[in-house]
Amino acid sequence: MNARIIAALVRRHTILYSRNAPRVVELFFWPTMDLLVWGFVTTYLLKVRTGAPPAITFLLGAMIFWDILYRAQQGVTISYLEEVWSRNLLNIFVAPVKLSEFIAATYVVGMIKVLVIVSVLTGMAFCFYSFNLLSLGLALIPLFANLLLLGWSMGLMTTALLLRWGQAAEALAWAIPFAIQPISAVFYPVSILPPWIQPLALLLPSTHVFEGMRQVLKGEGLSTEHLCWAFGLNIFYALLAAWLFQTMFQEARKKGRLTRMLS
Amino acid sequence: MGEIVVQISNLKKEFDGTVAVAGISFAVERGETVGILGPNGAGKTSTIQMLLGLLSPTSGTVSIFGQDLDSKRVQILKRCNFSSAYINLPYNLKVWENLLIFAELYQVKEPRKKAAELLEMFEIAHLKDKITGQLSSGEATRVNLCKALLNDPELLLLDEPTASLDPDIADKVRKLLRQIQREKRITLINTSHNMKDVQEVCDRILFLYKGKILAEGTPDEILHRFEETSLEEVFIRIARSGDLLSQEAK
Repeated sequence: MNARIIAALVRRHTILYSRNAPRVVELFFWPTMDLLVWGFVTTYLLKVRTGAPPAITFLLGAMIFWDILYRAQQGVTISYLEEVWSRNLLNIFVAPVKLSEFIAATYVVGMIKVLVIVSVLTGMAFCFYSFNLLSLGLALIPLFANLLLLGWSMGLMTTALLLRWGQAAEALAWAIPFAIQPISAVFYPVSILPPWIQPLALLLPSTHVFEGMRQVLKGEGLSTEHLCWAFGLNIFYALLAAWLFQTMFQEARKKGRLTRMLS
Repeated sequence: MGEIVVQISNLKKEFDGTVAVAGISFAVERGETVGILGPNGAGKTSTIQMLLGLLSPTSGTVSIFGQDLDSKRVQILKRCNFSSAYINLPYNLKVWENLLIFAELYQVKEPRKKAAELLEMFEIAHLKDKITGQLSSGEATRVNLCKALLNDPELLLLDEPTASLDPDIADKVRKLLRQIQREKRITLINTSHNMKDVQEVCDRILFLYKGKILAEGTPDEILHRFEETSLEEVFIRIARSGDLLSQEAK
């Protein structure tokens, strides 16, 4: 992979964001609204239930963590769609750019978005609700990394589906992460889920991350078991996403979908 | 015979049983300008797309610079470029930013110098700081051509290069392209519906009809063969009675 090419592709997206106010507003609007709603819900629950467990603040941590996954997925998918919308994808695919470099650039764009948004949300949560995400300490790093990895894989899988069904499937770009939210145990422990769903939930790296986060906030430390499962599953999903994308790309080249979509 | 840059052998493309390209073969030599012409549905676009690696052939091979396109795509594309009147550069970026980004993608050695040279050459240096999406279609076409020449391509594929230009600018661009092509011995493959373009620029023409090469030769040879006085008349005749001509060709 060529770093110069990846940097050029990333630069194209950073310039776009630096010049487009509505996009920047959109980037921050929903996470900020989510944080405010969950923040006030948390405050309310703490007031009406005196002696409510501090676990209730998990809601804020969960909301910020969810945004890591969601924004990483969006970073990959929207970067691809951005090229489709501006009818520039063909220029990129006829340039000496490897697929791996194109994907790596979308991953970097995703990571930049995540870092910016999570920094803002963390600051707001601390200022408005005295919730300190950094209290997770070093455990924050592997938990963050696992959500980023899953977000990237989901972004790549979504892009593969867009290659298959074209712009008609654009809604998937926003919807797909929410398909796993109910069983990822984001805002509640996995034990709350019906018993038959629990094994399914545990096949998602996100479930292990959110369970791990709650353990750390409860002061129980980060479970190595959850961490190993999360990393192991993430490797599996990353390989699956790469295979799916490669297959859909070759299929699109074969069926002429690639050029129909690009021109 | 000169050095072969593009070698297409028995190239075929089918979409769900419909034949778009029916096993064509041709070669293009270094420094040659070849026009691929034909009515809509003749297979021009599919052929160009297969030459760019955007469409995979059902059968047959594409070899460029003596290398197989399928296995050496990136190495080959470093030495090629493409411009189409119908494909845009990112509209939210300034012209200068777009050219620098594409110069990086093509790993141009002195990106700024090269981009500035090309803008001067196409007489659009004053557009450097303009947002690409705000350009007129004629200006955008010239910026696209600057992008297409950033890496000093040995093989340049152009799709309707002067489609949105007024006659004056189209003439200038045609002459400029011809001059650059001759000076740098660029191999140029050009698809166009503008027969004047083709007649002035191309050394050789391939007329496609229903995925097959119906006629091939220099513009004069084609005119002589069809006993017509302009390529436009040849084009109309092929479009209207290509089936009959195909029979005669057999």
